[in-house]
Amino acid sequence: MSELLRVDQLVTEIGGARIVDGVSFEVAAGETYALLGESGCGKSMTALSLMRLLPDGGRVVSGTVQLNGEAVLALPESEMRRVRGGGMAMIFQEPMLALNPVIKVGEQIAEALVLHQGLRGQPMQDAARALLDAVGVPDAARRLDSYPFELSGGLRQRVMIAMALAGQPKLLIADEPTTALDVTIQAQVLDVLRHLRAERRMGMLLITHDLGVVAENADRVGVMYAGELVEEGARDVFFATPQHPYSRMLFDALPRPGDGGRLTTIPGQVPRLDEALHGCRFAPRCPFAIARCRLESPLWQEINGQRVRCHLAGTLPLRMLQQAGEHSIPAQSAQRLLQVDGLKVHFPVRRGLIQRTVGYVRAVDDVSLSIQAGHTLALVGESGCGKTTVGKALLRLIEPTAGSVALNGETLGTHNLSSLRRQMQMVFQDPFSSLNPRMRVADILLEGMDALKVGKAGDRRDAVAKLLQQVGLPDDAGGRYPHAFSGGQRQRIAIARALAISPRLLICDEPTSALDVSVQAQILNLLKDLQDRLGLAYLFITHNLAVVDYLAHAVAVMYLGRIVEHGAAADVLRAPRHPYTLALVSAVPRIEPHSGESIIRLAGDQPSPLNPPTGCHFHPRCRHASAVCRQTYPDQTDLGSGHWVRCHWVAGQV
Amino acid sequence: MNIQPVILWTDALIFALLVGVLVLAWGISRHEHLRAPWGVVARRPMAMGAALVLSVFVVIGLLDSLHYREKLAGSQADKPHYSVEVLSAFDALVGTLRTQHEKTYSAPLAMQLYAKEFVEHDGVTRREYPRLQFGGAHLDDAASRMPDITRRSAVGLAQGLALSLLLFGVLAGWQAHRTQVSLGEWLARWGEGRLGWPGRTVVGVLTLLLLLAGVLVHLATAYHVFGTDKVGQDVLYISLKSIRTGLVIGTLTTLVTLPLAISLGIAAGYFRGWVDDVIQYVYTVLNSIPGVLLIAAAVLIVQVYIESNPDLFDNAAARADVRLLALCLIMGMTSWTGLARLLRGEALKLSTLDYVDAARAFGVSHTRIISRHIFPNVFHLVLIAIVLDFSGLVLAEAVLSYVGVGVDPSMHSWGNMINGARLELAREPAVWWQLGAAFAFMFTLVLAANLFADGVRDAFDPRMGSRR
Amino acid sequence: MLAYLLRRLLYAIPILIGVNLLTFALFFVVNTPDDMARLQLGAKHVTPEAIGRWKVEHGYDKPLLLNSAAEGSAQFTDTIFFQHSAAMFAFEFGKGDDGRDIGNEIKKRMGPSLAIALPVFVIGLLVNITFALLMVFFRATYLDLWGVVGCVVLMSISGLFYIIAGQYFIASLWKLLPISGFSGGIDGLPFILLPVLVSVVAGIGGGARWYRTIFIEEIGKDYVRTARSKGLSEVRVLFRHVLKNGMIPILTGAVVVIPTLFMGSLITESFFGIPGLGSYTIDAIQAQDFAVVRAMVFLGSVLYIVGLILTDLSYSWVDPRVRLQ
Repeated sequence: MSELLRVDQLVTEIGGARIVDGVSFEVAAGETYALLGESGCGKSMTALSLMRLLPDGGRVVSGTVQLNGEAVLALPESEMRRVRGGGMAMIFQEPMLALNPVIKVGEQIAEALVLHQGLRGQPMQDAARALLDAVGVPDAARRLDSYPFELSGGLRQRVMIAMALAGQPKLLIADEPTTALDVTIQAQVLDVLRHLRAERRMGMLLITHDLGVVAENADRVGVMYAGELVEEGARDVFFATPQHPYSRMLFDALPRPGDGGRLTTIPGQVPRLDEALHGCRFAPRCPFAIARCRLESPLWQEINGQRVRCHLAGTLPLRMLQQAGEHSIPAQSAQRLLQVDGLKVHFPVRRGLIQRTVGYVRAVDDVSLSIQAGHTLALVGESGCGKTTVGKALLRLIEPTAGSVALNGETLGTHNLSSLRRQMQMVFQDPFSSLNPRMRVADILLEGMDALKVGKAGDRRDAVAKLLQQVGLPDDAGGRYPHAFSGGQRQRIAIARALAISPRLLICDEPTSALDVSVQAQILNLLKDLQDRLGLAYLFITHNLAVVDYLAHAVAVMYLGRIVEHGAAADVLRAPRHPYTLALVSAVPRIEPHSGESIIRLAGDQPSPLNPPTGCHFHPRCRHASAVCRQTYPDQTDLGSGHWVRCHWVAGQV
Repeated sequence: MNIQPVILWTDALIFALLVGVLVLAWGISRHEHLRAPWGVVARRPMAMGAALVLSVFVVIGLLDSLHYREKLAGSQADKPHYSVEVLSAFDALVGTLRTQHEKTYSAPLAMQLYAKEFVEHDGVTRREYPRLQFGGAHLDDAASRMPDITRRSAVGLAQGLALSLLLFGVLAGWQAHRTQVSLGEWLARWGEGRLGWPGRTVVGVLTLLLLLAGVLVHLATAYHVFGTDKVGQDVLYISLKSIRTGLVIGTLTTLVTLPLAISLGIAAGYFRGWVDDVIQYVYTVLNSIPGVLLIAAAVLIVQVYIESNPDLFDNAAARADVRLLALCLIMGMTSWTGLARLLRGEALKLSTLDYVDAARAFGVSHTRIISRHIFPNVFHLVLIAIVLDFSGLVLAEAVLSYVGVGVDPSMHSWGNMINGARLELAREPAVWWQLGAAFAFMFTLVLAANLFADGVRDAFDPRMGSRR
Repeated sequence: MLAYLLRRLLYAIPILIGVNLLTFALFFVVNTPDDMARLQLGAKHVTPEAIGRWKVEHGYDKPLLLNSAAEGSAQFTDTIFFQHSAAMFAFEFGKGDDGRDIGNEIKKRMGPSLAIALPVFVIGLLVNITFALLMVFFRATYLDLWGVVGCVVLMSISGLFYIIAGQYFIASLWKLLPISGFSGGIDGLPFILLPVLVSVVAGIGGGARWYRTIFIEEIGKDYVRTARSKGLSEVRVLFRHVLKNGMIPILTGAVVVIPTLFMGSLITESFFGIPGLGSYTIDAIQAQDFAVVRAMVFLGSVLYIVGLILTDLSYSWVDPRVRLQ
């Protein structure tokens, strides 16, 4: 295979920091090269440097980039414009923000067609439609006249891919193309990318932090850390034997099924790049580091076709392959802590002159669940299914339309709000918007205690110190402000805040979705510890099945406001029965190769909760749908030991 | 006592505001996260230069706010009679600048009146430009005027430069000692701009100001530097007195605007529902009445009220002062809507953030949520609005005085100066200096305020980056 | 859409009632009709009969808000407030102190006001957008930096200065254009050139700066990066992508001003002797003619509310996100 892209010692600076420091790699035609790393490692900046699209203040300091033999960095701007879109094209992470909101989709594609293929008029329209067809946008002719906000996330990303292909590039750079998408949509889009790449024999530079995505899409892998490339190798070899300590710890930090103990975490933080760095950049955090690592930056070494920059390459102890542990069977005698029956949250939709209520958005439609003390129930679903609304309705941040919530047998309502608040609290998703930036950490932790009058006023300060210790924060953290802390540390503060009033149940709303894998591991360890030590119960709301696998005792799967499957974690994840759960599990990118399981892909997008399909909500996308599915909502089908589904097809099998 | 202190309404409010600002500054200096953005402001050369110029204006304004009445000569010690005229500390300082009136117009630095009159010289009556009583009175003849001016300017420049060098030396010595470097090293750092604060700009602006002051002081004792107006008053004096008027309007109006805008804006955005509807109704009503008209109508009312109750206001100064105060009040009550709308939008966004949800989940009361979570996170908008509105208010005063609903005509203000002088441009030859002085002073104050406001806005706007 | 418009118009009614109440309160709460009569009649000693006569003449002889002497609904309607306000809703403004019909005056004076205000609006918009785009195109260079400083300087100069300096230099000194005055038709062109020029120049500082901020914010957004990644030139990116998005807040912010163009600029008309609605208002304020001032306040409010509705409409016209939801 010929060499398509060759990057040689690329160095990029922004604001005095060398965010890409001497990166070299090659991508062959028709090959997918994955650039893997966590946030801040410089992978996106590398891509932007190739396209010469760096933000204001950034510049390429040195190095060469050759695309098909042409030296790209040396080109004058007018020539570079030909290369952008024509030689190499890029698709970005957030399709909502990356498309111009006020220009029609067809016109945005047409811009590239006009520029690179010189098409006009009808041939251009035809070409645009053909592109939309190629990326799998249904009803392409009509979609050309749509605006981006009229399309769902998956469709928007496909439009971006179509736009990128319009110039017939040889190299496609995909910067975290599916990170912002739901799992089932992600699977669709990755399929499209794989298919198109093969069909057009393009090379692809895939930038991601997700090992699963790498496993399913890449031919070769490069691992970046703190602006440097530290390991490189073919995919299979890399996944079998990662050589660099950082890569190994990344694998170990992945949550794996069952109660196998603690996840490996990487202590410390990524070094700042605006200071001069000596020696191996990973040394401060590396458990194997020796004196030489701190002084001398390692050079590339070859081991079995893999390249790695590590002084200890090849001499590291064999990696203990993490065994899939058994899920712990929860002690049945534990009493039922939380009991939710028939929870409904309907938002009225008002139209017309006098604002009549014309319909309802059924965000949560008859949800029942229960959690035992000290156990974790994972509420799983994709965006828009209503799982966050469930959490907020339980805490009465949103008033439920119907249903009952009981804690310890005591029914909760507006009459005993303080009792509710003392026993249930929430940890939010975004560590950056869940802490008041102008309040000191100690005050943040005290707020709950003061409001609910927990303990004596004089003792609360000591309680703060104890809390900080419990979540693993330094003692002086109380006097500082949130911006002084990293994402993972902020999430610890959020957990401490919720713990301050000693609740029995914590509702965790996607607490690790915004964190890197290594940081996620720390938080998950912490949550597990707290559960063991304090007997906390968790309602864990998430879309990440791997985390569910690791942490949960029981799982409830939600689709469009209703629970479609419920049971012990082992049952639901290893032997799912509902078609949606099957598709969900199938869509998650796997590190281990698929062991003969069929790949299930859902078509289309999730319907709007304003106008849900009749009968079983899932029937339009279900391959097993029948007439009865369109008419009636299925009853609960019991599959034994607490595992039940709501599905006519499954009911028919039993 | 030789003087009887007089505290006008606006004086009391000005000093109360000063105390408030000092307390706030002390409070800010104690919290690092509050202090940090001000540190950013302090590092910007344009903002610091502008701040220096602003402080000159502020000092003059404050001096002009200490009012008193002089004891009349010849009154007894036990039953003193005081003059009706109310003077200020500033007046006392400039002394003769205030009292040396000519008959009518005279050009800047002139020694003759601007209008021809019949003058008698040794029995012969001629129609010529008469000599001024005070301006250039020490000169023997016209030829010696320029050299005299040049000499005085040179002396003034020299003295200004000397004072500036002295202050610079003191600054250098003190700073060098404080940061424990040698004097030479500190000077080198200063020269290369490596001090961490814009030393070169500050010292440069300070020098310019001192030079200007030196020249003015020396020239003003012998000439009317900016000429005289229709009734012969020194234009420089009037311009300087107008500073206080502009400052009062720019600051007291904000005192009225802030409580209204903050409380109503945040309430509308946080509580939504009917509270939002009512508040939106109120500010739509207010906004739909053209501002000038509202102010005009309100001022007219106050005017009529003052005239129908002459016994309540005993002297001219008090009357003018009350009218100024009323103007500030009215302008404050009509200009809160802009900030309120801004705060409403921000409060709307903030109340959907997770940390407000977290507080609600704890059952924290609404007042506490607003005071701890909402208000501190919109404060930067309030601050930016305060400094941005200041210059707008100063400019508005000029327009309002022209319309006739500004400050009392007897009060010194740039608006009144413009109003009184604008028709004089049509004279042959044109009388331009009163207008010129008013515009120049107003421009300097407003420009300094705008540049300072820019610096504040850039430091406090969380979406900073390279956007200016 | 129709329902939306209807709802906005209905909402306008309580606003106008509120405006009327406020104006009413401003005038009458502090000064009774007796005081007003005394002021108008001028003389120090006026007989009660003269006051009474003046009040009947001008319709101020009824009670202010509530007429307890009357029956039923007349309790509300037979009052000064109702009589005067209701008339205003019918756009009957009555007569000014000089005896002329206010409604007629308004119709006569609208034309000259528009003749100045409309060109200023359109030309000003174009000039400011051009300057803003230029500054954005050259952003982070010295051109941009000095452009911003220039804008601040221009903004810091009083509007009065532009007018007076313009009149002095261009009209008086160099005699290029007349100082003031107005005449209709094509030969009236020299009369409006100077006011328009002065007003446009006075607005450049603030306008260009504000638009520049909007454009700079847009140019930092992700879709601009995507457009560049397709290979579009910087000029195309600016004009096709940034301008289109930036025009949304600019246009909708500008539209709200359009109805008030009818009112004219109070100061400009006064200085340049343009017989428009602005100078009408100023003269009335200076002459303390309450009837005229009240009428102008009402008219101004009506036009402002029309402006608000126009703004909402323009949002849905210009922003497809609003239109299609």
